Amino acid sequence: MANKSILLKIKRQSDPQHAAIWEEFEIPYRPNMNVISVLMEIALNPVTRQGKPTTPIFYDSNCLEEVCGSCAMRINGRTRMACSALVDQLEQPIVLEPFSKFPVVRDLAVDRSVLFENLKAVKAWVPIDGTYDLGSGPRMLPEEQEAAYPLSRCISCCCCMEACPQFNQSTGFVGAATISQVRLFNTHPTGKALKSERLHALMGDGGIHECGYAQNCVEVCPKDIPLTRSIAEVGGAVMKQAFADLFHR
Amino acid sequence: MASNPRIIVVGGGLAGLSAAIKIAEIGGEVDLFSIVPVKRSHSVCAQGGINAAKNLKGEGDSTWQHFDDSVFGGDFLANQPPVKDMCEAAPGIIDLLDRMGVPFNRTPEGLLDFRRFGGTLYNRTAFAGATTGQQLLYALDEQVRRHESEGKVKKYEHWEFLSGVIDSKGICRGICAMDLHSMQVVTFPADAVIICTGGVGAIFGKSTNSVVCTGSAQSALYQQGAYYANGEFIQVHPTCIPGDDKLRLMSESARGEGGRVWVPKKPGDKRDPKSVPENERYYFLEERYPKYGNLVPRDIATREIHKVVYEDGLGIDGGPMVYLDLTHIDRKVLDRKLEGILEIYEKFVGDDPRDIPMKIFPGVHYTMGGMWVDYKQATNIPGLYAVGECDYQYHGANRLGANSLLSCIWGGFVAGPAAVQYARSQPTAASNGAFDAERKRQDEANAMLINNQGDENPFKIWRELGDIMTRNCTVIRYNKNLQETDVKLVELLERFRRVNLSDKTLWANSTFAFARQLYNMLQLARVIVQGAALRNESRGSHYKPDFPERDDKNFLKTTKASFAPDADEPRFEFEPVDTSLIPPRARKY
Ligand SMILES: Cc1cc2nc3c(=O)[nH]c(=O)nc-3n(C[C@H](O)[C@H](O)[C@H](O)COP(=O)(O)OP(=O)(O)OC[C@H]3O[C@@H](n4cnc5c(N)ncnc54)[C@H](O)[C@@H]3O)c2cc1C
Ligand code: SF4
Ligand code: SF4
Ligand code: FES
Repeated sequence: MANKSILLKIKRQSDPQHAAIWEEFEIPYRPNMNVISVLMEIALNPVTRQGKPTTPIFYDSNCLEEVCGSCAMRINGRTRMACSALVDQLEQPIVLEPFSKFPVVRDLAVDRSVLFENLKAVKAWVPIDGTYDLGSGPRMLPEEQEAAYPLSRCISCCCCMEACPQFNQSTGFVGAATISQVRLFNTHPTGKALKSERLHALMGDGGIHECGYAQNCVEVCPKDIPLTRSIAEVGGAVMKQAFADLFHR
Repeated sequence: MASNPRIIVVGGGLAGLSAAIKIAEIGGEVDLFSIVPVKRSHSVCAQGGINAAKNLKGEGDSTWQHFDDSVFGGDFLANQPPVKDMCEAAPGIIDLLDRMGVPFNRTPEGLLDFRRFGGTLYNRTAFAGATTGQQLLYALDEQVRRHESEGKVKKYEHWEFLSGVIDSKGICRGICAMDLHSMQVVTFPADAVIICTGGVGAIFGKSTNSVVCTGSAQSALYQQGAYYANGEFIQVHPTCIPGDDKLRLMSESARGEGGRVWVPKKPGDKRDPKSVPENERYYFLEERYPKYGNLVPRDIATREIHKVVYEDGLGIDGGPMVYLDLTHIDRKVLDRKLEGILEIYEKFVGDDPRDIPMKIFPGVHYTMGGMWVDYKQATNIPGLYAVGECDYQYHGANRLGANSLLSCIWGGFVAGPAAVQYARSQPTAASNGAFDAERKRQDEANAMLINNQGDENPFKIWRELGDIMTRNCTVIRYNKNLQETDVKLVELLERFRRVNLSDKTLWANSTFAFARQLYNMLQLARVIVQGAALRNESRGSHYKPDFPERDDKNFLKTTKASFAPDADEPRFEFEPVDTSLIPPRARKY
């Protein structure tokens, strides 16, 4: 790692109406930098490699410890979180691009509100009676907690959706994250009250059947969520539900 | 009178979300504003857990004991009645979170498990894996989404609060906010406003806090007439991983398992740590505290590391870092006992701490001070409430681990209903031009900032702010340095007038938004620095070598700062602390 500087190529777009352009940057190397600290460094002195003054890069970030889900982007062609992408482990020039399947806001920031809408559609919550003191919650064995916790760590970064070949305008596919949340809530002792509503929300256009089991999602998920397992389980439940529906018309 | 009052909640961390849920539940309507989508709020960073004296381990724990630990831990600076209420409500709050589906760790019988945290002898801390804050925030976020789908909550995400709309009678009637994409400034009326905007870590440059924790909203309101209390109390955690972009927490358990803290004896030694021989290493904690060694209490460890770097000039490479070394411990032992936390280090530093000593430094971690509120979380401006890390209510001079998540949720549960009740008791206000006036004031400030033709870069000013605040106003405080810092702050404020933005566009301009926050950070920094200068004693996180003892006679008081617009600086007054329940005693562990 004898690099004295860091080379970058960044895809930039000033707003949703304008076409994207590329800019190159060269910034001084320091040990232990990650992609976010590189972007902060550019803000300190926003000049391209060619010496042309430009604007600081626009991107989303908050926690800087890979738990808030803000900073997802494409780094050297790979879908991942910028705050945990260490410069020392990246090939240069480091190529930064926004997600390709979500509307660009500006530069590296995209609009990912579709995931939050999907979570609404599948009622991804436990329907409690109220927030008054109503005594303790349902008992849960450690094994049940250990099954639920990994699913509950989803940071809504949308990496799984960006990487999925089936996630695009024409399919309207909900994506792996939402399906996995359905699994989480359908196995919760109180959450399962809404089980069939959630399964119905995953039928029809854009529903779970769009998934082609390509497994890209599980490979890019920064939280190692067992997505294909969730898809298989929820897929089975949706089939059962559809079958049951036939006889209850 | 509004029977379905419209309440604005600013901030969607634990505090904001819990207030929003209560309001929606009792028939109010909520407009919820947040810079980041609420699910991405700083509360997700909390790892350790949340306190409640459920006494499920047969230890005879009680809510009174929790109350006593909290007041004692806070060195008696917190008003006691609200702390008592919080501790009494805690077990019910844990049950509620459990009902909402938080995957708390369990005992073999399927009950909630509890662990022990600093400042107590009881297993009182409930936890969900290593990401308790994330799990709590998600549970509340899901309930808010449910209310949102029923039309009771409307979210304004990627919106930044700029200021309160305060009418000629001094009553808060709404807020002025900016869409961070279109950069449009808009005013929103409300029957009451609740501020839940978190801590102020960014004033110290790098901290364990998230990017948006700038305290900008609190500062704006302070400049509009709200009191800011106990600003000088800032908690510094001894062992953080200094990053190029932020400081990440490194758990105390690394030292618990035998980690040794050292620096090379030669200042500015550039050698690889493994090639520095034993006799050229300075194990300063072990040498200075032979009895406790590396396991001295948090505040002492923090102070010694700080001294070695800033007073002895022995930081690694001349920089603010020391080694926390685990390499002498067997790999298998490390993997078994510390795997989770070592992974964090590996992920963000890229080195394996089993082979290479970790580089750590104390980091600004928590804001005990904040907006002054009464026992109903109301500020001194009628119609304006504050909750969460941005208020000053529960932690006195020092926060106990795992008490913050609790205070955020409890505070929200107090403020939500209190704001609704206030709104229902108020006659509907006639619009009196306050909205237009406030929007105009903000539009003008924005136009000035964006057209400014100076020679200063806001990010550089921020770096200088962080450097001097961290150096002079965190762990060890001398009046001389504090005064110097205030002079520097005045200079930075002066230079701020010459800020020239490298981005002058009017779409999604983060440089512009940041510059606005920076101005507010500079103003609030003066409250912190001057408050520290006035408090000639040592209490909790506030330590002055020249005044090493706690001085209850003169300083068992809340510091209250108010902004003097003409002088453009803070004024201070002191308010007695309510110690009616537990008489103050010396804080010795
Ligand atoms: C690394 C770490 C570990 C921690 N671990 C623990 C622990 O184990 N236990 C514990 O009890 N505490 C812990 N804490 C402390 C605790 O996490 C915080 O005090 C708490 O989460 C603060 O919550 P909050 O709701 O007040 O604010 P935050 O969660 O910070 O939320 C602030 C909200 O305000 C919004 N906002 C800010 N400014 C504006 C503005 N101008 N306009 C609009 N919106 C705005 C933000 O977008 C965000 O939604 C930890 C803290 C850190 C840093
Ligand atoms: S398995 Fe493949 S098709 Fe299915 S969600 Fe994952 S990436 Fe998409
Ligand atoms: S499932 Fe994984 S990749 Fe998908 S949104 Fe959640 S954390 Fe991100
Ligand atoms: S900034 Fe939060 S995940 Fe990267």
